[in-house]
Amino acid sequence: MVEIKNDNRILIEKLNVHFGNNHVLIDIDFPIKANSITAIIGPSGCGKSTLIRCLDRMNDIIPSACVAGKIILDNIDIHDPSYEPYDLRKKVGMVFQKPNPFPKSIYENLAFGLRIHGIRKKEAIEKRVVEALNAAALWDEVKDRLHESAFSLSGGQQQRLCIARTLAIEPEVILFDEPCSALDPISTGKIEDLMVRLKEKYTIVIVTHNMQQAARISDYTGFLYLGRLIEYDETKKLFTAPREKLTENYITGRFG
Amino acid sequence: MEMTQPIQLSPKSLSNRRKLIQRIGFSIIFLSLIISIFFLFVIVIFVAIRGAGVIDWEFLTAMPRKSMTEGGILPAILGTFYLSIGAVFFALPLGILAAIYLNEYAGENLLVRIIKMGINNLAGVPSIVFGLFGLAIFVKFFGFGVSILSGALTLATMILPVIISTTVEALKSIPDSFREAGYGVGATKWQIIRGIILPAALPGILTGTILGIGRAAGETAPILFTAATFFSRRLPGSVMDEVLALPYHIYALMTEGTHPDAQVPIAYGTALVLLILVLGLDLIAIVIRTRSRKKKLW
Repeated sequence: MVEIKNDNRILIEKLNVHFGNNHVLIDIDFPIKANSITAIIGPSGCGKSTLIRCLDRMNDIIPSACVAGKIILDNIDIHDPSYEPYDLRKKVGMVFQKPNPFPKSIYENLAFGLRIHGIRKKEAIEKRVVEALNAAALWDEVKDRLHESAFSLSGGQQQRLCIARTLAIEPEVILFDEPCSALDPISTGKIEDLMVRLKEKYTIVIVTHNMQQAARISDYTGFLYLGRLIEYDETKKLFTAPREKLTENYITGRFG
Repeated sequence: MEMTQPIQLSPKSLSNRRKLIQRIGFSIIFLSLIISIFFLFVIVIFVAIRGAGVIDWEFLTAMPRKSMTEGGILPAILGTFYLSIGAVFFALPLGILAAIYLNEYAGENLLVRIIKMGINNLAGVPSIVFGLFGLAIFVKFFGFGVSILSGALTLATMILPVIISTTVEALKSIPDSFREAGYGVGATKWQIIRGIILPAALPGILTGTILGIGRAAGETAPILFTAATFFSRRLPGSVMDEVLALPYHIYALMTEGTHPDAQVPIAYGTALVLLILVLGLDLIAIVIRTRSRKKKLW
């Protein structure tokens, strides 16, 4: 198989989101490239979390949310009635802002996701758990305490456990919704390294309010402001030579 | 330049007055606490002193003899056991499922609010009303007669609101981030409820259930017309038999029969057994709650 770099993994077309009377995302159009990290930046309340949650239809569980427009993954609009959100979320995994392991053991945190997707054999589950914990750079720290509560881990370890939990079910795209905002700088560094390593195999989208983080790890960046995508470009270009005045003001810290 | 004013201190007399009022206030609160606890202890000690004398191995394991003036209370202990277990058998699954529906599926609308209000008010219905209801529905309409089955069903309807509301509270205490995490790995709502929410809420549900059992075990009115009998020569053989039960046994000993001097001590003995049973159940509930609170880290 020929590896195609930088093809469009997801295509977002004319995406509009309302929460009740609130128009939170307005005519969003941009691609998400395969095997790369796409960062979405913008000030608080600009709609970046809403945007990333559209990609795995997480807004479906909010009753007042109304999503219009297309999000095309593998040539199919993910809003197509034939597409079950549960199947979509197996393909498109998500890591949340606050580490949210299940109130179960470290092992069970990963095994739960595998079982609900029909993997029942103990050996198969064990194998995937070890692989995922290794891939999330957590194995060495937890291998002797797999059956302890996930809450016995530190915040940074919990977040890597959440990443491992996502990796275990072998998604194709991983969404990170401000994954480091509750973590200290050392844990943040570990997770950033991890993301950079993971893009070899996965397509990654990250929402962050931390511009340095976006500049450090992402390949493409979209700047969102008041529900509109002001600018989308390669990260290097966006941070060194933004086309829009608004982008420049934001990345130089004049507002935000 | 203006001089800064020194802070105006309250005059000495006012300060003393405020201290005095505070002291009186504290004294009243403390006294209320002491009086409340005092009554609780007096009841327990009173029953213990009066009842302890008759309690021995035979009292707990023998049938009543000589029209209740001698022998033991085994059938009443067993009867209360059967009725409580029966009540939980019916009320627990129904209550948990109803609570899951209310908290996880029903959403917020007028109908749901009315149902929730109804459940809360059901908990306040006097127990004798449940007794009458049980007589009309289970004993007569369904034709179960005066039996363990009718009594257990009546007690089940009585503790159902307790189980529903404690389960709803237990489910509510589970943070939404767990539900989100479940959706994140592609679980269906039911998989999330079964695999994550229910196990996490279990200690809370269990606590409510045990308190419900305690309530069921101690009630007389609901079983008065539906299950209880004053006297039986044998232990119940099936769920269609009528039974003796601890609270009703006390009532019977105190109101019927012709040898009050022999019956009253037995009544206190029975009361002590019932008290130990109910307090023991409450203790178990407290232990479960504290242990799960210690483990709970979210």
